[in-house]
Amino acid sequence: MYDFAYHKPATVADAVKLLADPDAKAISGGHTLLPALKHRLNKPSALVDLSGIAELKGIRKVGNAIVIGALTRHVEVATSAEVKAAIPALAYMADHIGDVQVRNRGTMGGSVSNNDPAADYPAAVLGLGATIHTSSRKIAADDFFLGMFTTALEPSEILTAIEFPIPEKAGYAKMKNPASRYVMAGVFVAKTAGGVRVAVNGAGPCVFRQADMEAALAANWSVDAVAGVKQAADDLNSDIHGSAEYRAHLVTVMAKRAVAAAG
Amino acid sequence: MNVVAPFEGIGASVRRKEDFRFLQGRGAYTDDFNRQGQLHAWIVRSPHAHARIRGVDTAAAAKMPGVVAVFTGADMAKDALGGLPCGWQIHNKDGSPMAEPPHPVMAAEKVRHVGDPVAVAIAATREQARDAAEAVIVDYEVLPAAATMEAALKPGAPVIHDGVANNLCYDWHIGDKAVLDQAFAGAAKVVSLDLVNNRLIPNAMEPRAALGEFDRTTGEYTLHTTSQNPHVIRLLMGANVLHIPESKLRVVAPDVGGGFGSKIYHYAEEAIVTWSAGKLARPVKWTADRTESFMSDAHGRDHVSKAELALDANGKILGLRVHTYANMGAYLSTFAPCVPTYLYATLLAGTYTTPVIYCEVKAVFTNTVPVDAYRGAGRPEATFLLERLMDVAAKETGIDRIELRRRNFIQPDQFPYQTPVALQYDSGNYQATLDQALAAADWAGFEARRAEAARQGKLRGIGCSTYLEACGIAPSAVVGSLGARAGLYEVGTIRVHPTGSVTVLTGAHSHGQGHETTFAQLVADKLGVPVSQVDIVHGDTAKVPFGMGTYGSRSLAVGGSAMMKAMDKIIAKGKRIAAHLMEASVDDIEFDRGTFRVAGTDKTKALVDISVAAYVPHNYPIDELEPGLEETAFYDPKNFTYPGGCHIAEVEIDPDTGKVSMVNFTAVDDVGRVINPMIVEGQVQGGIAQGIGQALLETCIYDADGQLLSGSMMDYTMPRADDLPPVGVATHTTLCTHNPLGVKGCGEVGAIGSPPAVINAVVDALRDYGVRTLDMPATPAKIWQIINGGRRQAAE
Repeated sequence: MYDFAYHKPATVADAVKLLADPDAKAISGGHTLLPALKHRLNKPSALVDLSGIAELKGIRKVGNAIVIGALTRHVEVATSAEVKAAIPALAYMADHIGDVQVRNRGTMGGSVSNNDPAADYPAAVLGLGATIHTSSRKIAADDFFLGMFTTALEPSEILTAIEFPIPEKAGYAKMKNPASRYVMAGVFVAKTAGGVRVAVNGAGPCVFRQADMEAALAANWSVDAVAGVKQAADDLNSDIHGSAEYRAHLVTVMAKRAVAAAG
Repeated sequence: MNVVAPFEGIGASVRRKEDFRFLQGRGAYTDDFNRQGQLHAWIVRSPHAHARIRGVDTAAAAKMPGVVAVFTGADMAKDALGGLPCGWQIHNKDGSPMAEPPHPVMAAEKVRHVGDPVAVAIAATREQARDAAEAVIVDYEVLPAAATMEAALKPGAPVIHDGVANNLCYDWHIGDKAVLDQAFAGAAKVVSLDLVNNRLIPNAMEPRAALGEFDRTTGEYTLHTTSQNPHVIRLLMGANVLHIPESKLRVVAPDVGGGFGSKIYHYAEEAIVTWSAGKLARPVKWTADRTESFMSDAHGRDHVSKAELALDANGKILGLRVHTYANMGAYLSTFAPCVPTYLYATLLAGTYTTPVIYCEVKAVFTNTVPVDAYRGAGRPEATFLLERLMDVAAKETGIDRIELRRRNFIQPDQFPYQTPVALQYDSGNYQATLDQALAAADWAGFEARRAEAARQGKLRGIGCSTYLEACGIAPSAVVGSLGARAGLYEVGTIRVHPTGSVTVLTGAHSHGQGHETTFAQLVADKLGVPVSQVDIVHGDTAKVPFGMGTYGSRSLAVGGSAMMKAMDKIIAKGKRIAAHLMEASVDDIEFDRGTFRVAGTDKTKALVDISVAAYVPHNYPIDELEPGLEETAFYDPKNFTYPGGCHIAEVEIDPDTGKVSMVNFTAVDDVGRVINPMIVEGQVQGGIAQGIGQALLETCIYDADGQLLSGSMMDYTMPRADDLPPVGVATHTTLCTHNPLGVKGCGEVGAIGSPPAVINAVVDALRDYGVRTLDMPATPAKIWQIINGGRRQAAE
């Protein structure tokens, strides 16, 4: 990796100041950024290590929502009694991200801020209609994910926590890329106070909502209801591991499995 | 009396001695060696598959912090160094030699694959060297690339090497074409099959590394390198590339973390660090990162074949015709030309009595990484072709696939068996390994399991392969006549120390195989010395006599045999010493596991009494016998060895996703005498893991411009623990008849026997979808496409 300055601020305010440098980068678990640095694909002037900021940690129930601090590691979400009780599909998802090493280091805030199309958490955030808390505002999930590796976050804005409304029921299923084990096609379904939401990750360049499936499930929450809904292949990813048509097919398969998992 | 207890000799599952250091992270690998004043090298590699080098500007790089030197291909050319040599020459059908274009250590005029070395930056730290390498400006004129064999053979294809017409390295054949054509003319049935043997990237756990040193006071060079055969590297690099006398060049291959063939070859980086160390008079180290491994380690396999099998009305094979295109990559790697010829076409009889075989092989240059031997080397390609063809033939003749194999097996009483493709098998019992495997896999109960899987919505399939392979490539005179530019013997030295412990020097090299244990067991068995008092020394040309290294499952069959010969000499000399000490005739001395006895008496001497006498020769037949107790033997085998057996795979396919799950795998292998059953089981399991990897997961993909798309673990699917099923490993032994141990070799059987068994099982699982064949790897997307197409077919 190239040389960079290293900062470890203790408060969000200090971190925001340090990130005023447009070439500085925030780092939490480092599971995406460190490999990129090692491959010299990224040349930040400074790394702003968020791991010393206490206010970014912790899982708590607030009203009818679970609020998860940005620095919360996947293993903590997977094993949290509160998450397991309130949103078991989210705990299940966390428990199936990457491998043990990734789950022990990777953080929710890092994953969601990075918005890798093949990451898991964006599907839960969008599927549950979560609210993103940042250093300066709150952003609805529907307004947050803008495109491949692109979010509504401003350069010096830090994701501080994610507020997940507790759904009536939710489920998640994914097909993994055989090589990387990232998501090749995943579907998160949720029956929430605000209606049925279906989010698709892995298959396209950015997580997206599947309106036809939402309508079908709103009318009839069942595996059969989504079985007949076909995902268009037009804008989906195509690579050496599978065509857009294959991914489109998998979206329906995973939707069925997600609904079955949700019960 | 010298008692070995618990029994540690031949047949005991002695725990691996080397694991004490490996499991504690105390192995000493090449990258662990650091020297005072050591510099670090970073290689500038071509980003293009094919380009002319207009110029290389190193001025900026040379001025960067910590940089000591930046060398280019032109700098090497000035020193009149040789290119990387090829160790095997194949001849064309017309008798002319193959095309053997130069393989510069660093390209000076043209680059021919992504990753081709162009320059090296040498600096105080690895990061500084890398910074400097990035600052080297190479002016490329990008040329059209031929990334596949099809593209390379097309009229008007880019010319990869000047003077190599049609990018064809050789056009070779074996067998009698006229007799074959007659056999086909009289056939009741001809079955034809097109096959691709997918290209693989080896991915040993330890990336390659090299540390070059030069001692100005003695003029001696030392190279530490990740090699399976340090003497071969010393010979090739010293004699062909750097022109250093072997007496001034020491090559050390310390602990090596896996090779699978990829560490047999002499690589550019070894020559670069050694040459640079001489020029700078400072140690120079290079260690690959994983990305470099993908684009610079020799790849494996990559065949495209058409096979035709002629059968009579009873399913008896009358003849086999094969046309194969084999990808050599951009240059000839050390042993590349022999892999698709003498390690492939000679295996096409398999376990069957096929009376006539004709095989034609065209080897093709492409703008890709060189391709060479990878675990199995040629034999997996032959086995995949033959065992797939048998299944297709069974389907198309209506004969059960097991029955078809039985009808064509070489019978146990037919050994030694001469095949029509040069080899003479010494021993085997293919019926026995088949029967044992069918029972272990509960083949008979499969249809019930298939029905149960169908109830769960899954497609279950079973497949077998009754394979044969050839190990311990030899004898030297024969392989020499076939084009090998090296001997293929092995050396062993047995050094009995004065107090009776033993050091063994071997030319074989262990990079995961457990030699330190297996070889010690040979000594324990024969000389009665406890395994704990036997040390194996390998991997250092300064310590070990000239040996040929480890590949082709040869270490025990060839290297172990050399040790046995050397121990025979120890015993013969020991008997003479014992006869002197016990005042008996040497003819009356018997030896058994450490004890010399005067026959029919209770007069005995232990090995330690003999070794003390040999090194402290106060009471010694000094007029007849030299002191000391150390013997060296070279063993040149009379023939290959022929392991074989039966592998059975059982798979389950999720028709919704196309994902193939391995649910069971059974292997019954005849590897000859088993020295350490635990180590054999581990070797077979490892080979099967790689075979399943080839069948279901791994494939190297270049795009049309020669860019490597599967260039990292993100896109190249290495098998993981959860991809693998429970693997049942058993052995059924027939002894090799021509080596003193009766051993055949076990390192490659897993990778050779398993891929066709897996694909046969996948095709069987898809039997309702009209699938005749499919190419490896059987990825979910590929299977889904087949299932989807099959459904459409059914609907139409």
